[in-house]
Parts: sequence; C-alpha cells; structure tokens
Amino acid sequence: MDIHEYQAKELLSKFGVPIPRGGLAYSPEQATYRASELGGAVVVKAQIHSGARGKAGGVKLCRNEREIEEAAEFMLGRKLVTHQTGPAGKLVSRLYIEEATNIDREIYLGFVMDRGSERIVVVASAAGGMDIEEISATQPDTIIRVTVDPAVGMQQFQARELAFGLGVDPDIVNKIVPAIMGCYRAFRDLDAMMVEINPLVITKEKQVLALDAKMSFDENALFRRPHIAELRDKSQEDPRETYASDRGLSYVGLDGDIGCIVNGAGLAMATLDMIKLAGGEPANFLDIGGGASPERVTKSFKAVLRDKNVRAILVNVFAGINRCDWVAKGVVDAVKELEITMPIVVRLAGTNVEEGRKIIDTSGLTVISAETLAEAAKKAVEAAKKAA
Amino acid sequence: MAIFINEKTPILIQGFTGRIGTFHAQEMIDYGSNVVGGVTPGKGGTSHLGRPVFNTVKGAVDETGAEASIVFVPPPFAADAIMEAADAGIRYCVCITDGIPAQDMIRVKRYMRRYKKESRMVLTGPNCAGTISPGKAMLGIMPGHIYLPGRVGIVGRSGTLGYEAASQLMALGIGVSTSVGIGGDPINGSSHRDVLEAFENDPDTDAVLMIGEIGGPQEAEAGVFAQEHMKKPVIAYIAGLSAPKGRRMGHAGAIVSAFGESAAEKVEILKGCGVTIAPTPSEMGATVAQVLGQKRKVA
Repeated sequence: MDIHEYQAKELLSKFGVPIPRGGLAYSPEQATYRASELGGAVVVKAQIHSGARGKAGGVKLCRNEREIEEAAEFMLGRKLVTHQTGPAGKLVSRLYIEEATNIDREIYLGFVMDRGSERIVVVASAAGGMDIEEISATQPDTIIRVTVDPAVGMQQFQARELAFGLGVDPDIVNKIVPAIMGCYRAFRDLDAMMVEINPLVITKEKQVLALDAKMSFDENALFRRPHIAELRDKSQEDPRETYASDRGLSYVGLDGDIGCIVNGAGLAMATLDMIKLAGGEPANFLDIGGGASPERVTKSFKAVLRDKNVRAILVNVFAGINRCDWVAKGVVDAVKELEITMPIVVRLAGTNVEEGRKIIDTSGLTVISAETLAEAAKKAVEAAKKAA
Repeated sequence: MAIFINEKTPILIQGFTGRIGTFHAQEMIDYGSNVVGGVTPGKGGTSHLGRPVFNTVKGAVDETGAEASIVFVPPPFAADAIMEAADAGIRYCVCITDGIPAQDMIRVKRYMRRYKKESRMVLTGPNCAGTISPGKAMLGIMPGHIYLPGRVGIVGRSGTLGYEAASQLMALGIGVSTSVGIGGDPINGSSHRDVLEAFENDPDTDAVLMIGEIGGPQEAEAGVFAQEHMKKPVIAYIAGLSAPKGRRMGHAGAIVSAFGESAAEKVEILKGCGVTIAPTPSEMGATVAQVLGQKRKVA
C-alpha cells in the first residue's frame, strides 16, 4: 500500500528524520495561507502516488502569492500523467506547501525488503535526484549498500559507513546518521516494504533534510498497523481495483477486452498469458481465491463487468477442494442473476468435471464450455473479436 | 522414496481443531497420510478426529515422534507456530497460511539459522498448497486424486497452476514422485533451488518440472543450480508474461520490481542455463513428455 509524500514525511519525522517545514492545502486559498505561515519562497507539490511529478508539472517553486495561486489552480483537480501512473494519470486533490530549500548536495537513500538476502537492505548513492533505475544504469559505481541483520537490527556503524561512503563532510555525517537510523526504525516498526528519500539534501546552511519521501507498506501487516491502514487514499487507485479489493477479490486492471475470472494467482497469470498467446488482450487479472463459492463467483462477475471495455468473459476454475458442479451452478446462477448477454467461456477442471460441464451445457445460456486452457483462451479471443 | 514425505512420515497438524485445520486434516487422513496428532494451545489432552491434541509442538513430538507438521494457524500467529515447530525438532514443515507479514518471515528465517544445517527444519511455504508424494502421503490442501504416482518432480509457487500441471501429466500417463508448493510470498521457507537440490538427490525422481512466476530472483538462481549441479533434466514454465511492471499479481511476491524479474527475462535466463521451457501453460505436460522421450532415447 502506497501513501502520499506528506504522510510519509509526517511518519518519518516522528522517527527523527529531519524534514522541511510544510503544510497541506486543498484549495488555492489554503495554499497561499500555508505559504504565508511559512514565509519566503515555497514549493507547491501535488500529492499523488507517483514519482517523477516534477516533469509532469506537479512540483513548482513559487516566489509570490500569484505564483502560488496559479500553481495550485493548475494542479488541483488535474490528472497528472507520469511514466509511473500510466496514461490515465492520477488525480490531484491535495497539495503540500513546503518551504524552499537551498540545495548544496542531493543524495539517494532507499530501504527495501531484499528478496535475495531475505533482509532489509539500505541503498545509498551520491547521485541523488535521479531515480534508482537511472542511477544503476548510468552511475552504478556510486551505489553503496548495507544489509541489516534482523536479529540485532541496524547498527550506528552501518549508517556511518554509508555516510562516509557518500563522501560527505564529517560534521554532516553526524546529521545524516540519525536520519538513516530514523528511516530504518520507521521501516521496521511500521512494517514498510519500501522507504525512499530521494533526494536527501544537504543545504547550503549545512542542514540535512528529506526533501522527498516515499513509503509503501506490507498489506499483510496492516492488521497490526491500523494507523497506517487509515492512510489509504482510494482516489489514487484504479476504481475497478478499489471495487474488487473492497469485496475481498484480488484484481488488477489491464487494458484489453477479455474479462478473466480464475481461481489461484498462478493459474490466473497463466490464463492471461494464454489469452495473449492466442492473440487477445486480457482486461484484468482476477483471483477469486480457493473457495470459488457461488457468492464469490457472482461478486467476480460484477467486478469484471464494471470495466466497460469487456466484450467477453473467460472463467477458468480448477476445482480442488470444491467441486466443478458446484462452481458451474455458481456461474449459471450469476449469469442469470446479472442478466449477462456477452459471450462467456467457461473452462472447468478437477473434481466432478463431467457433472460441471453438463450443468454449463444444459443451462440454456449462451455459455461456451471448453476443456483445456488453450481451447478456452482461443474461444474467448474469437468471441471477443466477433463482439468487437 | 520421494522427497520430504512418504507413507510412514508421522505428521502433526498445527491449528488442528479449527475449521480449516479439521477439514484438511480429514482429507489428509483419508488420503492415507500418517497423521499422528495435532496442536491447539489450550486444548491439550483432548482428542480430535480420533487423534490426540497437544498444547505444544514439543509435547506432541515427545509423545508421538512426529517428524513433519503442517501449519493452518492464522497469519498473526503463523510465524510463531513455524518457529515452535523448528524448535521442537520437526524435520519438515509446510505452512499453508496466506497473509503472513514479510518481516515475520524474515524473523522466521533468521531464527532457523540457530540450528546447524543438518538439524535444521526444512520449511516450504507459506502461502502454498503443500506437498504430496502421490500414492504415499499428502501434506497439503490439494485434490489428491489428480496426481498419478510416478517419477517426475514438480516444484511451483502456485497451487492451482500446479494442479493444472499435474492433471496435464496425468492425461499423458505421466506420474509424479513428489509435488512441492513453495508458495507465493516474497520471503519463503525453501526456494526453487532448494527443492531442485532435493529432487536431484532423490533416486525416485527422473526429471523436474519447475513452475515459476514473475518477481524475485529464485527462478534464475534455480537455473544456475540446474546448470552447475544437476544431471536430471529441468523443464520450466514462468507465469506472468502479460503482467505489467510494478503491479502485484495476486501473490504478495508476484511483482516485477527489478531487472531480471519479468517472465520474459526469466525465460531467457533459464534457457541460457539449459532448462527446457514450456512455451505455454497448456503445454507443461507435453513438454515434460517430450523431454522424457528424449531422455529414454539417450539412455
């Protein structure tokens, strides 16, 4: 789960990470008021769940009230498109107004859950300001890492090693170390998956400040982090995904026209692959989970049908514990209840498959049954093309 | 022989008396698994499904001589249950639970390093369908009847995609020595590589089908292991060719976040390691059959 920059900064500052002064604004009027509280030049920053906001016009240095108003008017209510948001962009409904900073140096500082070492790894680079992919591609030599032993946690000397490795002055090292340790403690104590300060700046006045901050959290740990769960901003999500996740379905919106309902994440991914290989484009990833009960099947159809691009639906269920006849009945009931008229291809496999297929074939509905994954994908692609 | 479990392995159910634990314990017993008891803290001394219930894993191991366990404990307490099993001397543990916080799994992995490799418990999962040695024992939640006993090993992250593979093999008359689910979480007990190693050392396995997916470095590591240390052929399918970068596809670990983590990149890496790639998910069985056919010709 991602959160906004201002939320990340607020959390990190509680762990001793120094941040510039700033305040939140929902309107141009509030923006100018916040700026007057701060005094001097300010930066108006659009709050969306994406990096690279600057290039999209979402970050603006303003020197007077008129500039602040203009920037706020431009950003609020706009959908900013960055290379991370996709073409639909993300809606700006909040602005963060922050005091301007005299930057002397920019540093990259990132904390990730490293899957190779199965530990928290801290990554730093003297080439801050660029994103980490760009740094790894163009200046890999500047990247330094330390790995944290989970038994004892991060140690001061590790933070010092990073700071000296970045080549900063010794008096600055003493200011960077608490910032690094603070980020680590926030990561550990809040069940983060990623903390990124890019850039961490050293100002001309020799201050250390987190100028931007990104945090994302382990969704599996939200049950014990209710104050983090509250920071979720649904306006930043694909509405199709919000609808599905609020109903306990695992859904990812895609750009094609074949809606997919599958049990199990791996089989769901494989089903999307089959559709692509058959020359079609999936509209979504959807894992209904192990149960595939009739209620969940109905919920899944509802979620898939909210995407207006969908022209055909492929249901692929490998019934293990549950039985195919039960799943088939769920599909038939859902199609009747929701009065679905578009072509639906159903592929069932596993326990009681014959009975399941019989229910589908004799339902009197325009449901096409398929035996194998390949056949199902081919039929769904044909049906979608015909409907187009 | 199979790997990890056979018909004799004495099995404990952790989270025995809960609804899910009860249901699957009965399925395992019906399949013929040697379930010797279960653990539910606070219900020790009672009996469930005709087996004794214990308060602690240590108590259960002392009384029953259990060697394997399966964890159905809810996510907030699952990491603790795994560590309890490791400490009680369980040799092989499957964790079914989906939704364990990643930092809990980091702690589990660190905790298990307290034990020397020879005496360290092998953990598979969490967030998996378990392990089955067809015709011998089932330690999981899969439908046992779709697995034909035989000589092909299966290792995979996904439950239902593993079922798909097993039923494709069955349709071709190809049986399975053991099928191991390593689960869809980013931090898991055993990697693809670890399970390949176990299959390489198993005299009853001739070839291995590896079912991977996007995200993480494990498939690539397994490829390197297969190239450098394996005589048996490895066939692989990687799910998620159509997955967009940076999006989590159902499994907590199925996300392309770094170089080499996409399906296309993994396929290239594995090909470079001499692993045979099943071109589509509907050809996993056929690709295994083809490789086995070639192997027979060579032999």
